[in-house]
Amino acid sequence: MTSIEIKEALKNQFGKSVMENDELPENQVEVKGEEWLDIATFMKNDPKLSFDQLECITGIDTGEEGPLQSHYNLHSMEHRHKIEIVINHDKNEPKVPSIEKLWRIGDWFERETYDMFGIEYIGHRDLRRILCPDDWEGWPLRKDYEPQESFHGIVVPKIKEEEGWE
Amino acid sequence: MGVLENKFQDNVVVASLDKILGWARSTSPWYFQFGLACCAIEMMASAASRHDLERIGMMPRSSPRQADVMIVAGTVTMKMALRVKKLYEQMADPKYVISMGSCATSGGPYWQHGYHVLKGVDLVVPVDVYVPGCPPRPEALIEGLLKLQEKIQTERPLTRKLA
Amino acid sequence: MGVVQGDQMVLNIGPQHPSTHGVLRLEVTTDGEIVSKITPHLGYLHRCFEKHAENVTYEQVIPFTDRCDYLASMNSNFGYVVAMEELMGIESCERVQYIRVIMAELNRIASHLLALGVYGLDIGAFTPFLYMLRDRERILDMFEYTCGARLLYNYMWIGGVSHDLPKDFEKICIEFLDYFEPQIDEYNNLLTYNKIFIERTADVGVIPADVAISYGVSGPNLRGSGVKWDVRKDEPYSIYDRFEFDVPTGTGEFGTLGDCFDRYWVRMLEVTESVKIIRQALKDIPQGDVFETMPKKIRPPVGSIYRRTESPRGDLGYYIVSDGKPSPTRVKMRSPAFTALSCLDEVSSGWMISDVLAILGSLDIVLGEIDR
Repeated sequence: MTSIEIKEALKNQFGKSVMENDELPENQVEVKGEEWLDIATFMKNDPKLSFDQLECITGIDTGEEGPLQSHYNLHSMEHRHKIEIVINHDKNEPKVPSIEKLWRIGDWFERETYDMFGIEYIGHRDLRRILCPDDWEGWPLRKDYEPQESFHGIVVPKIKEEEGWE
Repeated sequence: MGVLENKFQDNVVVASLDKILGWARSTSPWYFQFGLACCAIEMMASAASRHDLERIGMMPRSSPRQADVMIVAGTVTMKMALRVKKLYEQMADPKYVISMGSCATSGGPYWQHGYHVLKGVDLVVPVDVYVPGCPPRPEALIEGLLKLQEKIQTERPLTRKLA
Repeated sequence: MGVVQGDQMVLNIGPQHPSTHGVLRLEVTTDGEIVSKITPHLGYLHRCFEKHAENVTYEQVIPFTDRCDYLASMNSNFGYVVAMEELMGIESCERVQYIRVIMAELNRIASHLLALGVYGLDIGAFTPFLYMLRDRERILDMFEYTCGARLLYNYMWIGGVSHDLPKDFEKICIEFLDYFEPQIDEYNNLLTYNKIFIERTADVGVIPADVAISYGVSGPNLRGSGVKWDVRKDEPYSIYDRFEFDVPTGTGEFGTLGDCFDRYWVRMLEVTESVKIIRQALKDIPQGDVFETMPKKIRPPVGSIYRRTESPRGDLGYYIVSDGKPSPTRVKMRSPAFTALSCLDEVSSGWMISDVLAILGSLDIVLGEIDR
C-alpha cells in the first residue's frame, strides 16, 4: 500500500483525529496526540496495515515560535510498506500516551525522548532519564537549553556562542 | 682507591641504591585496563600480536588492587568521572596515570558543545604522562609507556621530599 | 525434596569490567547464580553527538559519526552520506560507488573479526582473539595505505570520497583475500567445532522471531532468529543490487533456532559473503575522477529524510531535518546496538550469570553507538 492509501484507511477509521496538513510531504501523516494509542493499536492489529516494527522515534524542537514535534517511523515486515506519523506537542506541557506495550522498543525510545526534550508519556511503566544522570537539570536538546553550573562539584562548561557563518 | 682497586670480577655490579630501586620498580608495570571508548580499541590492538605490550613487561589486570598504572583511554563523561576517582583511590601505592588520547587530555573533539563531557581527566586524578592523538597509534602509546618508565627510574623514593 | 528458595541479591557488573564491551552497568538481581532481572544503566559514554551536529556544518558532522560506532566507522559514514545524497538529490559517479562498497565490506570483515575474537575471549578462549586481530591488522594496513588513518577515517564525503585508491591497491587487496579465505577454516577449527564453545552457546539465550521484531532487533541478531531481512537486499542503496551474494540465516542445527551459536554462525558466514562482494567489485571497478560529483557548497533543500543502511550491527538509520541553512536542524542516529541491548532483560531471565555474559557477547554491542 502506498502512503496515500494508508492515510485514507486511517481517515476512514478515525475521521477527525487524522488531520489535514498541506505543508507535510506525502509520506508523513499528522494525528492528534490524545488519540494516538487507539490509532497505534489499529495500525498494529489491522491485517491490511500490520505495522509490526517501530523503527525510530525522533523529537524535534522547531524553534521559538513552533511546537515540539515527535516523528514515529513505522514499517511492516509482512507488506513491506512504511509511514511516518507526526504529533505536535504544546511546548509548556508536552504529554502524549505511551505506546510501549505495543512495540517493546518504545520503552527505551520514549525514555530517550523524555530525557532530551521533556515530553511526558502517560502510562509508561518506568519513565526516567536514560542517558544523562538521574539528577541532571534541564532538557538538553531543546534550543533554549542552558547547562547547569556544576555537577557534584565538577564545573559544567557553558556552550560558547558562534560568531556566524562564512 | 687503595685496597679496593681492581678487586672484583666482571659479574659484580656496584650502583647506588636509588638507581637499583628505580630499575626494579620501572621495568614491569602492570596496567589497569580502563578502556572507555575508541582509544580502548587501539589499546587492545597494542596488546595483541603485532605490537606486543608484554615484551616490555606490561600485563593487563582487571582489578585496581593488582595494577600499577591506570591507562585512561577514551572520553570521560560527568557520569563516569565519579567512578574514575573512586577506582583511582582503590589502587595501591605507588600508582601512576597515563591519559591516552585527546579526549582524556582535554575533552578532544567534544570540547565545544559537550555539556556532559569532562574536559580532561586531570580535573579529577593527577596525570603523569599525556599521549596525544585521536586515536594515538599503538607505537605512540608504547612511547608514552617508555617515557613513564624513564620517569619512574629517576624518582628517588628514599629521599625525604620537601613539599 | 523441595526447592530451596533463598533471598534475592543485587549485584553490579561494571561500569568497569573486562567483558562488558565498554562502559555499561548491569544491575543484576539474582537468587544464587540464577538471574531473575537485569536493568542496564547507560549514559556513561554520552558525548552529546546530536547537540554537536546542530552546531557544525553538514560536512563537519562526518568525523562525529565516525566516533559513534568506532569499530565500523566506514559504515557509519556511509549511512550518513547516503541519507544526505538522497535529501539533496545528487548521485555520485560510478568509481566512487564502487570504492565505497569495497571499503564498507572490508570494514564489515574487520568489525566481525573483532566481535568474534572478543566473544571467544569472553567465553575463555584466548587464541582466536590473537589470530583474528592479526588478520584484522592487515585490513587496517590497507586502510592506512589509502587514507592515512587506522581506526577513524572520515573517508566518505558527500558526493565523493576523501582520497582516491592508490596505484596498486587492487593487487594488494586480491593478495589479502587469497591469503584470508583459508584462514576462515582455521577459525572454524578453533571455535566453531570446539565442544566447549558449543556447550556454552547452543540453546542459550534464545530470541524468538516475533519478540525480536517487537524489540527492533536487526542485522545478524535478527537473521540468527531465522528472519531473512537485510537492508542491502530489501531496501537497496548505492550499487548493492548489482552484486550477487546470499543472506545467511540461522538454522538451529547445533541447538535451538535463535540461540547464541546461531548469531555467532551468521557472522562467520557473512565474512565469506563480504569476500565475494569485494572480489566482484574489484573486477568491475571503472576509472574516473572521485572529486567530480562533489558539490562546492552543501545546502540541502528544506525537508527531512529517514534512511537506513546495513551496518555490521544491524539497521543504522539517520533522520536528518534541514532548514536551508549550512548546518542541520536535527540529526538523529538510530543505532542498532541500542535496540539489541534493550532485549537483554527478557532474553536472559532464568539463566546463570556466566550465561548472561555469553548472551551479551553474542549481541555485539558498541557503547559509543548506544550512548552517542
